[in-house]
Amino acid sequence: MLQNTVSTRRNIGGTEFPILAAALPVVANGPVGDTYWHIRLKAATTHLLSRPGQFFQLRCPRSEAGDPFLRRPMSVYAVDTNVGEIAFLYKVTGIGTTGLSTLVPGDTLDVLGPLGVGFDINPEWDHVLVVARGVGLATMGPLAKALHHNGVALTAICSYRTPEATIGLEPFELHGSVHTVYDTDGTSDVASVDSLIREEHARRSFSFAYTCGSKRIVRLLQDLSSQLGFGGEVALEQRMACGLGMCHSCVIDLRRGDTVESVRVCSRGPVFSLGDIVAPEETLSWYRSCDESAI
Amino acid sequence: MSVVLETVCGGVRLRSPIMPASGTFSHEMENVLDLGQLSALVLKTTTYTSRRGNPVPRVTETSFGMLNSIGIPGGGIQHFVANELPKYRRSGAPIVASISADTAAQFGEMAAILSDEGLAAIELNISCPNIEADGQAFAMSREATARVVATARRATTLPLWAKLTPNTGEIVNIAKAAESAGADALVVANTILALAIDADSRRAELGNIMGGLSGPGVKPIILRMVYQCARKVSIPIIGCGGISSGRDVVEYLLAGATTVQVGTESFRDPTALVRIERELVEFCDGRGISSLRELIGGLMVQDAPAGAPDVDVAP
Repeated sequence: MLQNTVSTRRNIGGTEFPILAAALPVVANGPVGDTYWHIRLKAATTHLLSRPGQFFQLRCPRSEAGDPFLRRPMSVYAVDTNVGEIAFLYKVTGIGTTGLSTLVPGDTLDVLGPLGVGFDINPEWDHVLVVARGVGLATMGPLAKALHHNGVALTAICSYRTPEATIGLEPFELHGSVHTVYDTDGTSDVASVDSLIREEHARRSFSFAYTCGSKRIVRLLQDLSSQLGFGGEVALEQRMACGLGMCHSCVIDLRRGDTVESVRVCSRGPVFSLGDIVAPEETLSWYRSCDESAI
Repeated sequence: MSVVLETVCGGVRLRSPIMPASGTFSHEMENVLDLGQLSALVLKTTTYTSRRGNPVPRVTETSFGMLNSIGIPGGGIQHFVANELPKYRRSGAPIVASISADTAAQFGEMAAILSDEGLAAIELNISCPNIEADGQAFAMSREATARVVATARRATTLPLWAKLTPNTGEIVNIAKAAESAGADALVVANTILALAIDADSRRAELGNIMGGLSGPGVKPIILRMVYQCARKVSIPIIGCGGISSGRDVVEYLLAGATTVQVGTESFRDPTALVRIERELVEFCDGRGISSLRELIGGLMVQDAPAGAPDVDVAP
């Protein structure tokens, strides 16, 4: 069971969950579907506590693709406190994730986390929306579980390139109702998703919306949240070095009243209020030539 | 009997010769270690006025290191004194503030402002652009280096550490100029100006196009500079460049550094400062080295043949 408490905003350095810096044994690591990989690590139960949306900095090993110098930020995909395991979902795209894919049981992976601020959950909410796409779904799995534990009804719209790329649906199917939409049949178009959200909202109104990873969806949800009157949050990513807030690499612009403020994604995020995001096209770029990770 | 780590460097008594490099350390490190364990807290550079910093991406990795172009974001000196400095006082470790400014006069003003803040020393980050010299970094020029150090010297009695840039071709002359102007120690050095390009997109990897190279790849270059400077100045040298292990510290001491700063490695291993100190102790204890003085400047060199070019200019 994942955390079932109400998340509260905190700055990094809060004592809520200790930050672990350790090498964890690999339990399993392999491909799921045709696009993604899943790695499970052994950890003491006390080290498994994190909030949905928080992330770890993984020190990926070297491989024939190269030696990744910096850690790779990756959000927690799943935690199993019964057996003491933490899991990450990733797509092999660069030297970091290529190195990660070479790990086998018996190896260890150096992890640092949990880091950052997770999603807000309010048990008084009736019904919330999750819109996620591709590897961004990894971030949302723990959120679906935590919403369920807090008695909040969930409708998820999971967007994929193709029906074959479908992954990470289980937490949403278990804890809410799911719509899958695809590029191949046009159902993932902004206009189609827009109507789908309006239909669902008319059926049972949304109190809140969560998303990550797609600038089109961020912009759509920004519009819909102001038109339909619900709040929302987005999990962002930015190229990082330390992940702890020391290096000031991973900044984005946030709206603060009439001014724009530059904040660190690692320590003030990676989860931010939808309405505060200034320019989705600038802030939601993938790790360009490095790796596509799941935050 | 374990090796004695305690040392005095540029007017500051330090529990160990290993400290964080400016810009790679802040109070968030207390998430993974006790800041009281550190020999000194060398803070991120604060500027005279507030700065937004540079466009993203601000970092990229390369073989054996990384490039950064952060742009010294911050709220300026007044904000630093009121809001940043207090976060570091409770650890008990000596605090070294790093300052940077557009003009020598501003360096002096900042040094004066910081004089009564209980600092152990002020590090002068003179690798930043001098707007009075078309943006060329102060530490690229003997005259500008001397002017900044002398101005700060008149403004405060605190120890002054001058952080030199490796981007000059005459670092020994710059080091001598800083010493003559009143620096108590030299930090050798800062990042090396560099460029990383993505061949697919044909774009620079950094939003600011160019950035500073750091990490293990720069170590041989900075070791060379420490060696050259240590032979020509009599103030302590703080070696800073690519240190990621206790053995690297030993190499810097052998080249002539008295103490070292560890930067980039803390991004990969946030507990590196503590680990590297442990490795240094293991290295020394395993070889019966009881004092770091046995290592400092201890590089073994054969006598140069007569007529050979000076090491400063070869090859």
